[in-house]
Amino acid sequence: MPTLTNDMMRSIIMDHYSDPQNKHQPPRDGYEKVHMHSDNCIDDLDIFLLVEGNIITDACFDGTACTISTSSTDIMCDLLRGKEIDEGRKIIDAFHHMMHEEEFDADLLDEAIVFINTSKQAARIRCATIGWNAAEEILKDK
Amino acid sequence: MYDVYKIREQFPMLTNAIKMQNKPLVFLDNCSTTFKPQCVIDAMNEYYTKYNSNSHRGDYDLSYKVDVMIEEARKEIATLVNANENEVVFTDGATGALNLVAYGYALKFLKKGDEIIISVAEHASNVLPWFRIAELTGAIIKYVDIVNGKLLPESLRKVITDKTKIVSLAQVGNVLGYIADVKEFAKIAHEYGAIMVVDGAQSVPHLTVDFKDLDIDFLAFSAHKMCGPTGIGALVGKYQLLCDMDPFTTGGGMNSVFKKDGTVDYRLPPYKFEAGTLNIAGILGFGRAVKFIKEIGIENIHTHDQELIDYAIEKLKDYDNIIIYNKDARNGILTFNIKGVFPQDESTLLNYKGIAIRSGEHCAKLLDNYLETKATCRMSTYLYTTKEEIDVFVDAIINGGDILDAYFN
Repeated sequence: MPTLTNDMMRSIIMDHYSDPQNKHQPPRDGYEKVHMHSDNCIDDLDIFLLVEGNIITDACFDGTACTISTSSTDIMCDLLRGKEIDEGRKIIDAFHHMMHEEEFDADLLDEAIVFINTSKQAARIRCATIGWNAAEEILKDK
Repeated sequence: MYDVYKIREQFPMLTNAIKMQNKPLVFLDNCSTTFKPQCVIDAMNEYYTKYNSNSHRGDYDLSYKVDVMIEEARKEIATLVNANENEVVFTDGATGALNLVAYGYALKFLKKGDEIIISVAEHASNVLPWFRIAELTGAIIKYVDIVNGKLLPESLRKVITDKTKIVSLAQVGNVLGYIADVKEFAKIAHEYGAIMVVDGAQSVPHLTVDFKDLDIDFLAFSAHKMCGPTGIGALVGKYQLLCDMDPFTTGGGMNSVFKKDGTVDYRLPPYKFEAGTLNIAGILGFGRAVKFIKEIGIENIHTHDQELIDYAIEKLKDYDNIIIYNKDARNGILTFNIKGVFPQDESTLLNYKGIAIRSGEHCAKLLDNYLETKATCRMSTYLYTTKEEIDVFVDAIINGGDILDAYFN
């Protein structure tokens, strides 16, 4: 993937915050939902995944959330859509590794790489990962 | 003359030049907790290095000395709020104190259909214990309305009835910081035969609170919000009520006799409520913190808080994008939002600039409907806060820059 400058990363975060394409209720039945509520932030989100067979067919979310959690969850939905469950899990793992400054495969994360600096603001790791934790929960027993 | 710089010299957190995000720390989250002066730290250390022994075990000099020191601390706290020494019960904080009233008094005396009155501005510690009591006894929770952010005694008249047994309110709200006229609230509560419980967590550290003059029944507060250690606080209660209510925790130190047949004789208050080995270092630190506060003068602290908030508001008033929710509270708490900015994003940006404030619901989760916003930012001062720190804060919020600066600089 191309190297992103800080300015590009900022604008990606702001785009996904100001106009989150995946922030809506599920368009139909069959989605699995996990509710997430942050203790230290206002984040109060429902994450919805539609898993059909081995494929994460769709992902969306809804609720109240800060810039970081909205943007991060919106990007996650884009990334997970259409992926096999195992692939989805690998992407989520890579994101967690990035959050904690561990080695990770940047190619897997695509746009989600814009959150690479979250560890500088440790109090916000919870915001950046809230949607990812929910998706992980849904995929756990698949 | 109030010399804030001289005061600051006594606080290691201020003299140690602590940094946050590589910038000098500006601590404006004093509603959450406060820094400790060296004398408080010394008082705690001295217990462990010179007097370490258990209390109530007066068989030897060292233990006797500790007993005496604990009672000296109790006296220090009693005189701060003008209560009798035997009316001061040590708890693990304001939360523990309110739970003690709930489980020791309310659970014993309330029955189905009785009413407990609180407000939507209360901290979780003055809501959830009452929810539990309602669940356990069948009592009903009712709410005093908030008018322009304030709790007014006439609002209590609208909800109180002969079935009301408890009115429990914060003297100073932890979100908006207005001072409630608890003396008048207590008068009304007593007219209806109810008791008046006051959450003093945000008031006792900042203003003169006279337990006897207010004629309230219970007062709860924490040491750590007034330069004392964490994990210790007090419940002050009218002696007769303390005698009437049950202990919440039972065990060593609080009984005088117990027999195989189950008969138990508890000690008199306050000891009846102090089971197990006490947080002795905490109590000694608490006592020293109260002495420190008295030396500075609680009224001087109150004036200092007011001046700082006035100063901040004066500097912020012309900025249309800054919403201030409590302009006339003047009590060491400034609650605000920046239009279009999520409170948590603002506090992250301030964190990046070395400034500690709180954002969120501030544990008062029933208040969002009133404020018409789910969350706010809260800046809170204390006796060591300077105008220069307010300048740094004001500069940071008016020249905030992009909220993502925190991530990309």
